[in-house]
Amino acid sequence: MQVKTTYNISVFTEDIIGLLNRITIIFTRRHINIESITASEIEVKGIYRYTIVVTVTEEQVAKLVKQMDKQVEVLKAFYHTNDEIIAREIALYKISANALKADNLFSKVVQKHHAQILNITSEFIVVEKTGDEKEITQLFNDLEQFEVLEFVRSGRVAVTRPMKTLTTYLKELENNTKTTIKYFNQNL
Amino acid sequence: MDKHKKYGKEVTGAEALILALLDEDVRDVFGYPGGAIMPIYDALYDYQDRLNHYLVRHEQGATHAAQGYSRVTGKPGVVFATSGPGATNLITGIADAQLDSTPMVCITGQVASHLLGTDAFQETDVVGVSMPVTKWNIQVTRAEDIAPAVAKAFYIACSGRPGAVLVDITKDAQFGKTTYTYQKCENIRSYFPHPKINDEQVKAAAELINKAERPYILCGHGVLLSQAEQALKQFAELADIPVACTLLGLSAFPASHPLYVGYLGMHGNYGPNVLTNECDVLIAIGMRFDDRVTGNVSKYAKQAKVIHFEIDPSEINKIIPADVAVLGDARESLEAILPLIKNKKRPEWLKRFADCTRVEHEKVIDQAINPTSEKLRMAEVIDKLMQASKGQCIVVTDVGQHQMIASRYFKFDYPNHLVTSGGLGTMGFGLPAAVGAKIAQPEKEVVLVVGDGGFQMTIQELGTIMQSRVPVKILLLNNNFLGMVRQWQQLFFDRRYSFTEMKNPDFLTIAKGYGINGARVSERADLNSALEKMYNSPDAYLLEVMVEAEENVFPMVATGAGVAEIMLEK
Repeated sequence: MQVKTTYNISVFTEDIIGLLNRITIIFTRRHINIESITASEIEVKGIYRYTIVVTVTEEQVAKLVKQMDKQVEVLKAFYHTNDEIIAREIALYKISANALKADNLFSKVVQKHHAQILNITSEFIVVEKTGDEKEITQLFNDLEQFEVLEFVRSGRVAVTRPMKTLTTYLKELENNTKTTIKYFNQNL
Repeated sequence: MDKHKKYGKEVTGAEALILALLDEDVRDVFGYPGGAIMPIYDALYDYQDRLNHYLVRHEQGATHAAQGYSRVTGKPGVVFATSGPGATNLITGIADAQLDSTPMVCITGQVASHLLGTDAFQETDVVGVSMPVTKWNIQVTRAEDIAPAVAKAFYIACSGRPGAVLVDITKDAQFGKTTYTYQKCENIRSYFPHPKINDEQVKAAAELINKAERPYILCGHGVLLSQAEQALKQFAELADIPVACTLLGLSAFPASHPLYVGYLGMHGNYGPNVLTNECDVLIAIGMRFDDRVTGNVSKYAKQAKVIHFEIDPSEINKIIPADVAVLGDARESLEAILPLIKNKKRPEWLKRFADCTRVEHEKVIDQAINPTSEKLRMAEVIDKLMQASKGQCIVVTDVGQHQMIASRYFKFDYPNHLVTSGGLGTMGFGLPAAVGAKIAQPEKEVVLVVGDGGFQMTIQELGTIMQSRVPVKILLLNNNFLGMVRQWQQLFFDRRYSFTEMKNPDFLTIAKGYGINGARVSERADLNSALEKMYNSPDAYLLEVMVEAEENVFPMVATGAGVAEIMLEK
């Protein structure tokens, strides 16, 4: 039995309706759970990057990435371990305004976690935190004493440490040779 | 030519579609009209002299006919269907084509774009529904996008590892106006269908082959798709390597060639299965190690170095890890490796296969083709068909026991002479696929071998044969059972024949209703003349042969067993 590890899959795609669906069914068909997924346009206009986090064996992730590469409108898919990327998530915490009544304990928690207060109303306070999953969960745990009304996290965004970038690949793609089709039966 | 007359002129989206098909050299289309595709059918009305449309009786029939057409020509089969049920009826055929790497372009009508997402009459999200079973699909909502979508569709369907694509066109796009131009698609920047052959990989493969004592070639559908038959023959002859074919690879290497050792897989030949576990270098060409070929993978070719020639990178290391993978078109790869291959003779290794063949003859084949039983057996019918046709006909099969028997006992000497449903194993494939194959190759005899179960799954296509006068020869092997399932029930479910016995109609009367002549045979003495009569009939013909009800197909690699554990008999 191979060990399961967390992998960060980066998929670079054309801007096509429905392509995300083509990508996600690769996972659902194999009964693999996506832990988080984010999508956004990259530095090259018209190209999108999906960052997908999964915990699987290396054999599985290699096969998943090949299946993604096989999609006509996927430019390139890569996978990296946590050591090979720099990643962040953002989280928002909506806390009951009662938190402010507890002396300055609430502000101390926020400061300790290097979080920010985004919004204060008479009913609630919204706290924002950027960090890795662990830091975000730690803040959640510390805020629970103040009654967390809502909690939402973004999923991981990541850049990779290896220097070979998509633009290098795109240049290689320009040399992609033209393909002409030949049928067996030329009479038809 | 009309192309020049219409080029740069304003046309409807519907006419643009027809013109685009003509620009892709499409001559034949299989389809069924309905509300959302009516503008396209209306445009087709003016182009009937250049675009032959075959009216099927169910949209599934159109897909299988398109597959049959494609498999004997390499040209993509083209299908028209309307929205909603018309489109969902295509799904089985699309899945079948995609699994068996068959180029196919499906055009579906869709409700008008302002109705999308409203659950309008006959609206289904066919792009969503077909996504898991297509190589690519697209919805077009503007007339000017139709021609470029068709160009892309044909390019994607036919390039690299071929597959099924679907273009869904809203009714307003069909009615809309556009200036017609056509640009063939030759490149998509995110798509690499044609990998350049890597010299290092070729060298590594050649080294392994030159050092091998007992190399063994597994030939798959990729050899046919890339037209690598000659290159494969030269390669095998040069290094004296035995060749076995997968179900979809049958006919890629001549069955009468001395290096041909047989058919692989669950009901394949004895030697090709057993000796997989004795070769030292396994050379897989254009095949994907389907579970029906490998049996239990933990007992598959563990002793061998594996060389995998394959165009689809996702197939490499998917099931069986490759020691050397040569990524690319099978023909180009084989042509690249040929100059590096050393001439060798391997009489002892080849004798191993001959010995296995002799054992299989004694235990299985001789009894099957010259039975002493009172009732006719399927294998003798196929053997006699082989004689009646001199092995010249295109054989189309449905799915089940008769399919395995036809694959085992017909000797395929000419490329693309077997049309069968492999990956999906679709019952009902045969009859419409035979129609498509005959339309594509009218000068060839096309014989459908079909069972009583599968025949009834698409029997309505007899109407297509009648209306379009398609002289397909139908050889119905009737055992009044769903034979393959019954065989499994007998072997693995304690003979509990749960819903496999069939009460069948009078097939000859049904055929007659469609204007198709036929005969029924149950005596051995009448078989030859009945086959001759069927084969020589100028029109479509149904020959129903009543065969042994409880015959089993052997050899067999049972589920979970390794290829070397193949059973010759129960």
